Amino acid sequence: MKEIERFHEAVNNIFDTVLKIQKTNRKIIGYLCSYAPEEIIHAAGFHPMRLFSSKHEIILAENHLQSYCCSVVRGILEDSLAGRLDFLDGTVFPHTCDSMQRLSDIWRMNGKYQFFADLVLPAKLNTNSAAIYMKKVLARFKEDLEAAVGKKIIDTDLADSIALCNSIRKHLLTIYGLNCRYPGSIRGVDLYALVKGAMIMDRKEAADLLAGIVSHLEQKVYPDSPAKRVILSGSLCDTPDIFDAVEAAGGAVVGDDLCTGQRWFDSAVAEDEDPLSAIASRLMGRVICPAKHAGLTFRAKNLVSLVRRNRAAGVIFLMLKFCDPHAFDYPYLKEFLDKNGIKSTVLEMDGLQQSQGQFSTRIETFIHML
Amino acid sequence: MSEKPVDTTKIRSVKKMRDLMTTYYLEALSAGQNNKQVAWITSGGPVEPLVAMDIIPVYPENHGAMIGSAKMGEELCAKAEEMGYSFDLCSYARADIACSVEKGGPIGGLPRPDMLICCNNICGTVLKWYEIQARFYNVPLFILDTPICHTGYTPDIAAYVRAQVDEYIVFLENVTQRKLDHDKMTQVGKLSFEGQRLWQKVLNTTAHKPSPMSAFDAFFFLALIVTLRGTPIAVDFYKELIAEMEQRIKDGISSIPHEKYRLLWDNLPVWHRLKWLSARFSGHNACLVADTYTSAWCGAIQYIDEDNFLDSIAQAYTRIYLNIGVDQMADQVLDMIRFYDVNGLVMHSNRSCKPYSFGQMDIMKTVREKTGLPVLMIEADMVDPRSFSQAQAETRIDTFMEIIKQREA
Ligand code: SF4
Ligand code: SF4
Repeated sequence: MKEIERFHEAVNNIFDTVLKIQKTNRKIIGYLCSYAPEEIIHAAGFHPMRLFSSKHEIILAENHLQSYCCSVVRGILEDSLAGRLDFLDGTVFPHTCDSMQRLSDIWRMNGKYQFFADLVLPAKLNTNSAAIYMKKVLARFKEDLEAAVGKKIIDTDLADSIALCNSIRKHLLTIYGLNCRYPGSIRGVDLYALVKGAMIMDRKEAADLLAGIVSHLEQKVYPDSPAKRVILSGSLCDTPDIFDAVEAAGGAVVGDDLCTGQRWFDSAVAEDEDPLSAIASRLMGRVICPAKHAGLTFRAKNLVSLVRRNRAAGVIFLMLKFCDPHAFDYPYLKEFLDKNGIKSTVLEMDGLQQSQGQFSTRIETFIHML
Repeated sequence: MSEKPVDTTKIRSVKKMRDLMTTYYLEALSAGQNNKQVAWITSGGPVEPLVAMDIIPVYPENHGAMIGSAKMGEELCAKAEEMGYSFDLCSYARADIACSVEKGGPIGGLPRPDMLICCNNICGTVLKWYEIQARFYNVPLFILDTPICHTGYTPDIAAYVRAQVDEYIVFLENVTQRKLDHDKMTQVGKLSFEGQRLWQKVLNTTAHKPSPMSAFDAFFFLALIVTLRGTPIAVDFYKELIAEMEQRIKDGISSIPHEKYRLLWDNLPVWHRLKWLSARFSGHNACLVADTYTSAWCGAIQYIDEDNFLDSIAQAYTRIYLNIGVDQMADQVLDMIRFYDVNGLVMHSNRSCKPYSFGQMDIMKTVREKTGLPVLMIEADMVDPRSFSQAQAETRIDTFMEIIKQREA
């Protein structure tokens, strides 16, 4: 399908993607994790672009970050220092883990781009005072952006950006839903490209293309699939080969708990409320990242419910080397799954270029066990 | 170079300090029999309300340090790995998590908590660690969320943390079914302030040349300001310690026999190699006179208002050393370099502690640019000896000391 191809192109050739965005007269603000309030960035007239490591060899970042730092943080810093992100007009760092926290400092101290903002979100997301604070953080961020562009962000612009981001979320959910009902209706690598593409492409273009893909997919009739249904869980998955390996083994990814997946697009921003409050509420209520706290068993319950809702047979944990928040949660999540009779396996990812061969045996064995 | 144990007149207060810590742990371990409640709290957490409410505070991190010093870190950390916790996680957390299950370690494990108090001003690790322990012990957890002040303390942060101080008190009142006695709180606040002031004074004595004590001594004497902050015990003890230090200065007694070079240490101690490191440096006539770690327990004292304690701790606990931007940390390092007049900086790149270690290389660069001082980075881990190569550290230290000697010649 040519619409899907466009996403692959956007993902594979970031510089073309950048050129296209620059033609729309939007300056580009890079963001570091799925807690970034894209709607506000977009409403200010910027283009929100999620940054991924291009996985080049770490050379320059060696002078700033020790080897026991995760590859996401080291890789993105390397890209920046090597000039591969010179197209950026600014960056925003939502506060999550310790490594990101220090990357933000190092980034700011080595300042390369015009705009810089820290978004020091609450770590606790289940109290009233945190909700009040969250909204204030967003309001301040909005002011910072306004100061940068020299004009106010008006509520109707914010509402438009919310509607646009929501439409992307809705389409992706529909596609995930279809893929869950009929595994194989779309290939895993395509799904991966759609989500990643939607985080970096011009949002309007992404929304339009996704709408086309949805109507196309919805027209077709699909046979029942015998594939073994699995869920991915972890920080991020920027290794499309994983999907191929799962499919080659007779499995299908029918849902995820990933920062570069459902955690990013699950749940919409309410469109009938004060925009800033609505964005804050979504960030408070969405499925959490393990660097945040929303009760002692939030993530485990979410994972089990994800498995049940999507009738999955097992969970594949993707553990990025040196990622503390996820590594701390792994034993309890696994135990919770075990108690619920849900099988799981764990793949250690180093975040560098990994080939399918490195994990295909493991995935194969696991899928056959299901 | 001589590897003989350093010949120095022993610091008398060491014995007293050991006794105080023993009494403290005995009391904590027998809390149950005495109908007292126990709260586990992070090292940077506000302990004063606990003291005021007669709840015994226990510090898993201090326990972690004991595990490291007793060289029991490797075994416990490995145990945690068997339980599924990655080798790459903080070794305090790994050792403690394993210890809870095993009842191992130098004192057979910590007393069971009745509640957990987690303040994330030091790291995100403690948030995960305390969640794990809250599930394990099935006890209530209070999180004091202190947003990092990358570039400053905003009114938004102030209001958020201040609100949580009240939530904290409510939490304690609910768990204990008792009301906080505000007069007692005021008293404890004053004692805490006084303790921190005195602790700073203890640390300041090492500005004297030669230094009457070293950072290794400070690592040891630190335990009181961590565990007994807000009590008269800490205040009285530090008064005596200051007197002893002043006497040593008068009598010309120094920490190492021939102090020629003075060094500043950055990051947590390498608990399992304290003796070795101290001997290695003093063999070069170098004394580690100060460090960035022990001063963290008095570094935010400027924000405390002893007459308005609860109001002021929001700021004081939020703006501690680890909860600020790397550039501000570098400024503090530069201040210490000047104040203690050191000849070099030794950075412990601590595999366990990411918020402390990431950014060190930028601090190193700033220090080199602004002072021209030599900087050494040693790779280690505070508790887990598997991340430490003694041979490598030895060569690095010797080379570093040669550079200093040439520079100062
Ligand atoms: S959450 Fe994990 S993967 Fe993401 S930046 Fe932090 S340590 Fe790296
Ligand atoms: S050593 Fe570092 S990571 Fe571990 S508990 Fe202390 S501050 Fe946190």
